[in-house]
Amino acid sequence: MPAVISITGLTKTYAGGRRALDDVSLDIEHGEIFALLGPNGAGKTTLINIVCGIVNATAGRVAVDGYDIVREFRAARARIGLVPQELMTEAFETVRAAARFSRGLFGRPPDDAHVERVLRDLSLWDRRNDIMMTLSGGMKRRVMIAKALSHEPRVLFLDEPTAGVDVELRRDMWALVRRLRDSGVTIILTTHYIDEAEEMADRIGVINHGRLIVVEEKLRLMQKLGKRQLTLTLQDALPALPPELADWPLALKANGHELELTFDAALEQTGIPALLRRLEQLGISYRDLNTRESSLEEIFVSLVSERGQGRA
Amino acid sequence: MNGTAFNRHGVWAIYRFEMARFLRTLLQSVLTPVITTALFVVVFGAAIGSRMAEVDGVSYGAFIVPGLIMLSLFTESISNASFGIHFPKFTGTIYEVLSAPVSAFEIVTGYVGAAATKSVLLGLVILATASFFVPVTILHPLWMVAFMALTAVTFSLFGFIVGIWAKNWEQMQLIPMLIVTPLTFLGGAFYSIDMLPPAWRTLTLFNPVVYLISGFRWSFYGKSDVDVALSLAMTLAFLLLCLAAVAWIFRTGWRLKH
Repeated sequence: MPAVISITGLTKTYAGGRRALDDVSLDIEHGEIFALLGPNGAGKTTLINIVCGIVNATAGRVAVDGYDIVREFRAARARIGLVPQELMTEAFETVRAAARFSRGLFGRPPDDAHVERVLRDLSLWDRRNDIMMTLSGGMKRRVMIAKALSHEPRVLFLDEPTAGVDVELRRDMWALVRRLRDSGVTIILTTHYIDEAEEMADRIGVINHGRLIVVEEKLRLMQKLGKRQLTLTLQDALPALPPELADWPLALKANGHELELTFDAALEQTGIPALLRRLEQLGISYRDLNTRESSLEEIFVSLVSERGQGRA
Repeated sequence: MNGTAFNRHGVWAIYRFEMARFLRTLLQSVLTPVITTALFVVVFGAAIGSRMAEVDGVSYGAFIVPGLIMLSLFTESISNASFGIHFPKFTGTIYEVLSAPVSAFEIVTGYVGAAATKSVLLGLVILATASFFVPVTILHPLWMVAFMALTAVTFSLFGFIVGIWAKNWEQMQLIPMLIVTPLTFLGGAFYSIDMLPPAWRTLTLFNPVVYLISGFRWSFYGKSDVDVALSLAMTLAFLLLCLAAVAWIFRTGWRLKH
């Protein structure tokens, strides 16, 4: 099956010379949840805005479901729903009128049953006749999602959807995103909350300084780039690492009370059994041991800082 | 929707949204021009006009009615259309229109169509108001409506351009205040340019508003300062100029897209 979004050599240089995107190529598969991660100013929003038609690309090509976003913009844009980062709503419009407006704008005939379904899904039905300026920030965020879903898009862009929303709404949104994915909608989200990407995404793309530095399935990324750590809590503190343990990448922590071994998550031979045998031979006893894997956040931070240092 | 169809639902959505704002503020939208017209007609037409001779065989009070309607059409068209596009630019909601499958032509049809509709409605309200105070006759009603609609569309297009051009609300007021109102007052809204000395008359012919007011007044009383065909040609020329500017704006994304 061809990619639902195909981006080739996308470059954007703003007036003034700032290069926001640099030769980005990316395929988004049908029905996946793709998380685009990157620090502030990395180019995430520029990428989304180009695909949605809000910003003109300097070079490169984007196709949505095979339709070129410039030459066949009608067919391409009709398939896309966008929830931008900023809360932007018409102050005096009612919730239902806003959703109906969006549906019409995207070329779909009126369908009050669908609009009602979307508003109910987002717990907005009871507020349908309220005007926007009377809603809280969280409610406005829901309205923006309702507007983006009102024309039944096949691809949904969520640009920082949970920025500034409370825990309950965030969980509601996660549930909604999963339901949408189950119904066949492709989701592309940007987020600063790495745990959100870890929780939701099928694939992860990391963008920094306008360049896409990694695109990988989430599990594989965590396996490939993640680290695991074994921590042994020692019976008696060691003043220094014995030279007999020099074969392992060990560190002495907690004033000599903890021995920490760090190794690649992808390695089949971790060296742990041999280490434990050697400790026994040396008479170093321990009373507890635990292992942990590095989080996506740690992987993200190391990726972004490595590349950042590489550029400097 | 398929790849080439005209997005009528999109145009209708924009049009209806803009008209809804007009209806929300119906009282102030209609009351202000009605009171202004009544004041103009009473002060100029009745108080001063009673001391003036007829102009081209028409009482002064009735003579100024087409000019008054034109003045309102200009200002209302510009203000409606410029506000209509500037407000979403200001609040950021323009993102939705820019990301929707609507062509430049469809966006303009929605915004400009709504602005022109409001202006024509107000023009008709002003005409009805003026008819209470002075005897107004309309010799060519179809031409009257045609000139009204053409002017409303043209100045709404112009207002649309102003709304995109303006970086803030102060700039939005600049063009109507500094250019359109003076050109209207100097364009024969309240007098026939035949009443001017020859040198001033020649100078006035460079004012495009003269042609619009003259043609419109002809549709009422059958008298005009310049040839009606020339009036029509000048109105159409201004319309085409505005259309070309709007087409350029959307092609380049000037002040709409980065």
